[in-house]
Amino acid sequence: MLELEKLSKAYTSGDYALKDVSFTIEKGQVVALIGPSGAGKSTLIRCINRLVDPTSGTASLNGKNITAMPTRKLRQVRRQMGMIFQDYALVERLTVMENILSGRLGYVGFWRSLFRKFGPEAENDAFGLLEKVGLPGYEDKRADALSGGQRQRVGIARALIQNPSLLLVDEPTASLDPKTARQVMRLIQDLCHERNLAAIINIHDVALAQQFVERVIGLKAGQVAYDGPPEGLTPEVLTEIYGEEDWSATVRKDGDEGASEAETPEAYAVEKE
Amino acid sequence: MAVKFLSDDTKKWQRHDLKTSLMIWSGWLAGLVLFVLCWQIISEATTWFFVFDAPRIAEDIFTRAMPPRWEYINELWEPLWDTFNIATIGTGIAILFGVPMAFLTANNTTPSRYIIRPICMVFIVASRSINSLIWALLTVAILGPGVLAGVVAISLRSIGFFAKLIYEAIEEIDTTPVEAIRATGASPLQVMAYAVWPQVKAIFVGVAVFRWDVNIRHSTVLGLVGAGGIGLQLSSSLNTLAWPQVSLIILAILLTVIFSEAISARIRAHIMNK
Repeated sequence: MLELEKLSKAYTSGDYALKDVSFTIEKGQVVALIGPSGAGKSTLIRCINRLVDPTSGTASLNGKNITAMPTRKLRQVRRQMGMIFQDYALVERLTVMENILSGRLGYVGFWRSLFRKFGPEAENDAFGLLEKVGLPGYEDKRADALSGGQRQRVGIARALIQNPSLLLVDEPTASLDPKTARQVMRLIQDLCHERNLAAIINIHDVALAQQFVERVIGLKAGQVAYDGPPEGLTPEVLTEIYGEEDWSATVRKDGDEGASEAETPEAYAVEKE
Repeated sequence: MAVKFLSDDTKKWQRHDLKTSLMIWSGWLAGLVLFVLCWQIISEATTWFFVFDAPRIAEDIFTRAMPPRWEYINELWEPLWDTFNIATIGTGIAILFGVPMAFLTANNTTPSRYIIRPICMVFIVASRSINSLIWALLTVAILGPGVLAGVVAISLRSIGFFAKLIYEAIEEIDTTPVEAIRATGASPLQVMAYAVWPQVKAIFVGVAVFRWDVNIRHSTVLGLVGAGGIGLQLSSSLNTLAWPQVSLIILAILLTVIFSEAISARIRAHIMNK
């Protein structure tokens, strides 16, 4: 569904942020993108929706080449790619509802969006998503009145109301405490399964990644250093990606199933903060 | 920032090294000398007789001005209303032009960094560097005396003020929401409306209220050059040495300014609480 072909991003200084990155992601596949800071993870997902323009190579979504698209077309393709950010990237002075509905901006004209007329269908969707991410009744709160975990839920709802087929997720848990981080990852995982969404999740926490995804891509200095199942992340592979370190506590042991409570939606639905 | 090695191998830290310290102290000394020199020049150019005489003259004018000629107030209502309107309409027009200009100027929202931004910059500097009284001299010459000249003068001065403060606010916004809104497939105009504008809105309201308040004060003097408002009465009263009228006008101006200040303080407090 998403196909990267020798995607590269060079800075004017001649340094490469990304070099010849190629991989394919199938419909509904959830992929973790790991690698040290500065390896190009954020640049990679921004090259896919062209918040950053790649220097060479192509990225295609459902066979359509995104890299060569004129702006108007690009906006239509961006609607199919929901993005979730590390620092939530909500518009703090807008309400939760306005933030969520802003995910529909690609579908309505300027004047309609200016007067917040997104249509009854979008509004219904928004209420449904609020329920889904565990924030019913929060629609009129201002975004800056929410806690980190709550903001990230709003960010997730904003991405999902786009009705995307791919999620680009940039360090969703880096600013969250361990419990909230797990809840947010589980929420993303469940939503992807439920809606058959593909996702690329940039993540620092290797153990967390192993717990929630079916495929891991390791990036090192802008190049793919590993591509395989989470079980394949041996100490040797991690050393290859990150460099020498004691990895014994990080590598997943057999029978260490973190997803045991994944079936209960209550686990993330109620969060009193 | 200097680190000195002492004989016993310990390090000593000083904020400035010797050379910098000397330069700073000689700078202060030069400033002092300049001040004394200026004092001397001013002193030579002053007719001290008039200065020593000042308290007597001031007292003389004060006694002539008191009590104010209260019945003159009936001739002041209309010019006061004009003054208020000049400030308010002038501020409104300035917002209408200044805010779009801020978006055209700010580094991160300008459509053209090398053509439109510099042009706007030049206009902003011109608008800001010329006092509204001087703008009024020009507009009175061009449009003829009256309220219209005052309105145009006030707005010409304020456009640059709005544009500058708001474009600086735009340049300081958090860029992550901008990225997020762009990523949804929003058009550039929608990005402005959803990611940029909410971040500068509070500043905009604060600036608008503050500028309106300033403009009330400015518009009270515009009449001195014929641009309408209460300044006209002030200048004719001064010219005819009608001191009781002058004192009443000054009192009226004072009350108007207090009134506008009270209003703007309330509006500002209202925004802060939001």
